[in-house]
Amino acid sequence: MSLQQKISLRKALIDGFWSGLLALVIFGPISGLVLQGYEVRNELIRPLLMALLVGGGRFLVSCFAQSEKGKRYVDGLAGKRGAGVTVASLKKGKYQYLVIPVLILAGLCLPFVLGKYWLTVVILALIYVLLGLGLNIVVGLAGMLDLGYVAFYAVGAYTLAMGAQYFHLGFWTLLPIAGIGAALFGALLGFPVLRMHGDYLAIVTLGFGEIIRLVLNNLLDITGGPNGASAPPPTLFGLEFTRRAKQGGIPFHEYFHISYSPTYKYIFIYLVLFTIVCLMILFVTRLKQMPMGRAWEALREDEIACRSLGINHVTVKLSAFMMGAMVGGTAGMFFATYQGFINPSSFTFFESALILAIVVLGGLGSTVGVIIAALVLTILPEVLRDFAEYRVLMFGIAMVLMMVWKPRGLIRIKRRAFNAKGVTS
Amino acid sequence: MDSYIIGQQLLNGLTLGSIYGLIAIGYTMVYGIIGMINFAHGDIYMISAYLTAIILAVIFSFGVTSLPFALLVTLLLTMVITGVYGWAIERVAYRPLRGSTRLAPLISAIGMSLVLQNYVQVSQGARNQGIPILIDGVVRLGGEEQFVQITHIQILIVLASFIGMGVLTYIIQKTSLGRQCRATQQDQKMAAILGINTNRIISTVFVIGSAMAALAGVLVTLNYGSFDFYIGFIIGIKAFTAAVLGGIGSLPGAMLGGIVLGMSEGLFAGFVSADYKDVFAFSLLVLVLIFRPSGLLGKPEIEKV
Repeated sequence: MSLQQKISLRKALIDGFWSGLLALVIFGPISGLVLQGYEVRNELIRPLLMALLVGGGRFLVSCFAQSEKGKRYVDGLAGKRGAGVTVASLKKGKYQYLVIPVLILAGLCLPFVLGKYWLTVVILALIYVLLGLGLNIVVGLAGMLDLGYVAFYAVGAYTLAMGAQYFHLGFWTLLPIAGIGAALFGALLGFPVLRMHGDYLAIVTLGFGEIIRLVLNNLLDITGGPNGASAPPPTLFGLEFTRRAKQGGIPFHEYFHISYSPTYKYIFIYLVLFTIVCLMILFVTRLKQMPMGRAWEALREDEIACRSLGINHVTVKLSAFMMGAMVGGTAGMFFATYQGFINPSSFTFFESALILAIVVLGGLGSTVGVIIAALVLTILPEVLRDFAEYRVLMFGIAMVLMMVWKPRGLIRIKRRAFNAKGVTS
Repeated sequence: MDSYIIGQQLLNGLTLGSIYGLIAIGYTMVYGIIGMINFAHGDIYMISAYLTAIILAVIFSFGVTSLPFALLVTLLLTMVITGVYGWAIERVAYRPLRGSTRLAPLISAIGMSLVLQNYVQVSQGARNQGIPILIDGVVRLGGEEQFVQITHIQILIVLASFIGMGVLTYIIQKTSLGRQCRATQQDQKMAAILGINTNRIISTVFVIGSAMAALAGVLVTLNYGSFDFYIGFIIGIKAFTAAVLGGIGSLPGAMLGGIVLGMSEGLFAGFVSADYKDVFAFSLLVLVLIFRPSGLLGKPEIEKV
């Protein structure tokens, strides 16, 4: 044992040298020689710095991994992948029952203190919370990788735009239709696909997401193609939030004899969306404890065992897929009404990847984690405008690191504990 | 008449299909050996397109005038550097995940794909890039009015693809390295017990797949001359479709699937609608997975407990 404890600097140096050299080969041409027309501009200092960074980093990591503490850490990293679910403790904090009401109250007051710009940012963040919650059912709970989630988002958004354009239906009539429509779409796609191997599902949904976008883009006569389509804002019992009534009602500000402000519309959208998100959270939390939710999680952990125990894997997966699609459709509806205008470029694969990043970083299956991740990933880019260029790079690196370091997310799922008297905690 | 148009579309399809086949090799080999879909593979192809343009520009800036020499050096360097990319990605993003949850490698691969795209976008700029047309000239078959036209570069693409494929088949079937690859593919644990360094074999498979994608990247760049950081996405899905169509895990299947996909896509674009040719390819993927998941040449997958 004592022989092993000495850190070999030579080994670390060799490790560092090779990593640096490989990094130079990798970064050299792409970031060192920038194409300008048919010539290249020399920027070789950039890959040199990057290679030094990688080599130096590898050297330090190598030193650390050879120390006693490092060895234990590396072993821990490899061994931590076992059991999936931990059980929450029965103990409660003293003021824990206050947390949720206070948060809801704060959420309801929020739009009245924010300016219009931040209000729109927060609405978008809430839309992503909704999307994250929906995809979390599919990926986090049921363990199916859906890379075309944006398809359902698009179906919801276009249901509002098309329904208003061709059938003159309002926001509230279309809200359930968008949800149900997206769910049916999910069933249509999911039913044949869900029987097959899990990895294929990812690629089929990816293809499906692209099909939807391409069809929306090419159906010029119906959807307006790349020119997009407009979507109506919501109404409050027939009161409209526009300056002049367009949908045959009375404008909100005239009815209440107050001066017109475009902020009212956003405040209203925010409040409706906030209510729906709260209901959704309640719904998902309850669902997780029902037989259906338990079946989802069991299927995620071991499909063959579940099937041998008599769980019909196709219907269980289909239910998760449809549920996720429904939430995605609803979110799409809010996106359309909030933007007032949609076109297919809002529904690219990148959007699917962003939602997936939210779910992954939040911890697959964890509701709180997903909410926090959605808020952080949508609001942070607004704050850090200067780093906008590197946003996607950061998402990608975060996804890889997350899988290596904590494949089950930052906040692990905890199953509720039970005592003899019934459900607590 | 129509037969000339069909011939032309089939020929274009053959060219495109060889490219799909070359990229599909990366998917099919990786899937065969560790059972994961390497989503970053399309972006490796994209990297190789950039490398082609950069290396060509550097070679020409040294005043080299011999085109075959320049192309050969470009091809070799691109394949080597892209191979290093494949190796590094496996090492950083996939190897630490062996024995992790089932979703982990897939998600890590998507992360890697985003990283590669954005890395190229940040370093090289978001605009379209290109290279000048280096090889021109056509061969025409048929009469004055109706003819089938083959460009020299198309001939080069088909030839190079088949040579690349032939060399690879030789390596896999006849050499010691190939035997080790096949053994690892059949039973990873058993291969390890028998003294094969399976980690090294898996790395090798990534390098081979990337090098084949690089061959495709060089050829396509020479043909179209224009590319951006996003080209890997669509062609990646299509090459995966080709791999599934031919039977995932099977090398000749990848090439066959690529050619079948390329030709049917060419016919669809020529006779039905060019706007929907991507939709056609993706629908084909869905249909194959539903009705014949083992593909044309693949063995049916048996689920083991």
